[in-house]
Amino acid sequence: MAVKKFSTKYEAAWSDADQLLLCLDTGTWRTKRPVVDKEKCTYCGLCAIYCPPQCMITRADFFEPNLNFCKGCGICAKECLRGAITMRPEGDFTS
Amino acid sequence: MKEIRFHGRGGQGAVLAARMLAIACVAEGKCVASFPMYGFERRGAPVVAFTRFDDKPIMEKTQIYNPDCLVVIDPGLLKLPTLFTGLNPNGTLILNSAKAFEKQPNENLKLAGVVNATQIAVEEVGRDVPNTCLLGAFAAVTGWVNLKSVQACLSEYFSGDILKKNLRCVERGYNEVKVTKWQ
Amino acid sequence: MKAKQGELKVMTGNSAAAYGAMLCRPDVVASYPITPQTEVVEQLSRFHADGILDAEMIEVEGENSAMNACAAATLAGGRAFTATSSWGLVYMYDAVLQAAGFRAPVVMVNVNRETPGILAVSSGQQDMIQTRDAGWIQVIVENSQEILDTIIMAFRLAEDYDIQLPVMVNYDGFYISYLAEGVRIPAREDVDQFLSVLKTQPQRTIMDPTRPIGAGSHGLMTEFMELRYRHCAALDRAKKKFDEIDKDYGDFFGRSYGGQIEEYRTEDADFVILTSGSAVGTSRTVVDAKRADGVKVGLVKMRMFRPFPQEKLIKAIKGKKAVGVIDRSVNFGWNCGPIYSELRALTPEIGNIPILSFIDGLASIDITKPHIERVIDDVANAAKGKPYQAVTWIPLEERE
Repeated sequence: MAVKKFSTKYEAAWSDADQLLLCLDTGTWRTKRPVVDKEKCTYCGLCAIYCPPQCMITRADFFEPNLNFCKGCGICAKECLRGAITMRPEGDFTS
Repeated sequence: MKEIRFHGRGGQGAVLAARMLAIACVAEGKCVASFPMYGFERRGAPVVAFTRFDDKPIMEKTQIYNPDCLVVIDPGLLKLPTLFTGLNPNGTLILNSAKAFEKQPNENLKLAGVVNATQIAVEEVGRDVPNTCLLGAFAAVTGWVNLKSVQACLSEYFSGDILKKNLRCVERGYNEVKVTKWQ
Repeated sequence: MKAKQGELKVMTGNSAAAYGAMLCRPDVVASYPITPQTEVVEQLSRFHADGILDAEMIEVEGENSAMNACAAATLAGGRAFTATSSWGLVYMYDAVLQAAGFRAPVVMVNVNRETPGILAVSSGQQDMIQTRDAGWIQVIVENSQEILDTIIMAFRLAEDYDIQLPVMVNYDGFYISYLAEGVRIPAREDVDQFLSVLKTQPQRTIMDPTRPIGAGSHGLMTEFMELRYRHCAALDRAKKKFDEIDKDYGDFFGRSYGGQIEEYRTEDADFVILTSGSAVGTSRTVVDAKRADGVKVGLVKMRMFRPFPQEKLIKAIKGKKAVGVIDRSVNFGWNCGPIYSELRALTPEIGNIPILSFIDGLASIDITKPHIERVIDDVANAAKGKPYQAVTWIPLEERE
């Protein structure tokens, strides 16, 4: 049969779960973006735990959202005990 | 035949805007075809909607790859790399934004109408539902459909107070849209 | 006497289906929502709530019950309507087989969507293909107006005394189900009149409290075979009947669709392409463009899929130099398009011409004008005697 090159990895509709389940570019869905105040962040990790797509990235002593996947739901901002995260309109960041 | 492509996010009324335009066209005796294409059906997810109109029945059932006009309901979508793909030469853009264009965003774009539909909607309706305002702007900039036809089609979806507020949005979009032309 | 023109309203394919059903005054509607059909159920519920539809709306917990309820209602002499898609069609599968075997004249809309196996909430004809051996009459339509008109014709066909078979009206999910177009809504009294001919026919066998009769009894040996034979004979009669009903509809309402198939610019064509559903609409525009370029191509629109319109297809294709079939599904095991493989069975009558299979449009992939241009070019080359590829999976090959 004619098709020789495939973009799928598996024979059937399997999906890898050994990585964080981030595949669709849901970052484009965002209308508000979380901004982390690094000074206020105490690295407690609550934002990472509550983030629905698990896309908070660990930096040296603070967290920040992976903007490729962050949908702007605002749960991290709501759960942050230090008030270190604020949601800003995405329009503020685009030219 | 004219092909119009609407870009929005779930919840902004892109699909409804495309449909209302179709109804307005039919009221003027044209033939229409309008449909959406969703990825995931949820608020915030990108939505594309297509509307075609012509004097004779429309046969093609494909998505629109060579739009004559783009209607962009969310300014953030200007970042989309494929937004202007296939835009016909002498293309038109109707955009919901607070800022006008500084430079021509695409060489095929010759006419742009920009209106702060979000602000108008929030002022008139109390919510960020920019679609009806943009339809008024569309009518003003393209001239492909009359303001009256756009206003008339609203009563298929709204009544009472909400209808009045959306009619004001349409009118304000029609009157307040800022037009930019390029060679 | 002609019917009134009817009100023109912009509506989606799903809405047109609901209007079509409502106009036929079904006694029972039992339906369960599923994307991309949900609006059909919603609109019918709205009609019922507004007093426009006087039917027994049975709120079922699933499609299996929906089909059982509808089949039972028709066996009791009522008119029943339901709608489903893909997973729902699969869930009601045993009841679908029962309805056909019992000769229960249910009319069902099936909004084509990909079947279980690979999760997809998207357009595809695999669900229709999955049930092609269920014994139902199956029709495929191209646009919103045709949905409404064909549902009315479907009740006329299903309940005909000579037929008594359930009818499935298929249309593409997403590309037609959500497509809003201007649709003429026939006047209710005109639909009543069109269907009134059924009342002049003998009464088909139904459940009747005054006369004990069992439905769905055992079939033993030759009796079983006789019942299967009767079923097949009824399906065979449905072909001509469908053509007659389409003509009557055209004479009365002013719109007809060709019956089993429609031939578009085939008379003087060197070769033809064959397809169904929304792809037909787009194909018309590509055929017109190719014709303007001097390419003598024609289009055959398959409307009736079951029973398979053999005679009409033979007449349309015999004498042509090649034919290409665009399928929106796959034939597992033959590994080509299903409608293509069925057409190929007519080779003794059509002649040993190149028949090409094109698989496209799975999972809401758009069957675009360039795709159809490619199909026409490939078939044109085959018609000239050049080597050709028997089966082409267009979207997979175009990216290479």
